[in-house]
Amino acid sequence: MFTWLHKLGSPPLLYRVAGRSTPWFKWTAFLLLALGLVGGLILAPPDYQQGDGFRIIYVHVPSAILSLAVFVLMAVAGAIGLIWRLRMAHAVAVAAAPLGAAFTFITLITGSLWGKPMWGTYWAWGPRLTSELVLLFLYFGYIAVINAFPNQRSGDRAGAIFAIIAAVDIPIIHYSVYWWTSLHQGASLSFTNSSISPAMLWPLLVMIVAFTLYFCWLLSIRLRTEILRRERRASWVRTLTITGAKNAKLA
Amino acid sequence: MRSWHEFITMGGYARYVWSAYGVVLIVLVASAWSSCNGLRRILFRVRNYPVGGGEQ
Repeated sequence: MFTWLHKLGSPPLLYRVAGRSTPWFKWTAFLLLALGLVGGLILAPPDYQQGDGFRIIYVHVPSAILSLAVFVLMAVAGAIGLIWRLRMAHAVAVAAAPLGAAFTFITLITGSLWGKPMWGTYWAWGPRLTSELVLLFLYFGYIAVINAFPNQRSGDRAGAIFAIIAAVDIPIIHYSVYWWTSLHQGASLSFTNSSISPAMLWPLLVMIVAFTLYFCWLLSIRLRTEILRRERRASWVRTLTITGAKNAKLA
Repeated sequence: MRSWHEFITMGGYARYVWSAYGVVLIVLVASAWSSCNGLRRILFRVRNYPVGGGEQ
């Protein structure tokens, strides 16, 4: 059942797969970003309460979704690395962490810029905002932990355990608006019933996919970097550099 | 959006909307630059110092 997982645990194969997928992620992400921006900034009608201020949603929500999803990915990759001892799973988590931190930073800043005209303040120590800020610190903590050990394996293991434990913040962020009274609104998007008008919804969905592909693009680049850093003494890396293989190109 | 002016002013929310999109642009471009630069540097190291991969 998990044969594919073990196959992807091979550094040369994972490097090749990441290299081949890089341009696809990149150009699809750019195409969808352009479409989503036109839809969100030009075609979508103003909100009846928030006017054009609501258009921040098209960058805030995709970033927020990714800030949570990337941490879940890191925790899952960490668990796979610990359970199946797949070193490449740790490489995925390490490569994803700075990107997750970047999306969390975007979420906090865009949320703050949206909060000022709507709530009258850039920041409120509400449960959603505070738990999202904690998530940013957890990303910094993870990056600090993996770099705190001179030995790569110890750093990987400590980082994986940290990510698995710290992932408890993810459901807290998601459900905080339901568990506690908060300035932050509840979820407008759901798989069964979205409260957004279709004219406003489709650019948001496009932007969510675009941000996800943008993340996949950068992850594929960072993953190749991480694989080369870990495997630089391996014979396949030497072969790759000697032959100047096409896969070594930047996409 | 009805006119170019309305698009720029964003119904009075231009300061917030364009600041938000500006921050996103800066962070996404910086992330892409940092990621590409990291790969370029490690490729340079493994090509020029194939045994040890250069500095640690």
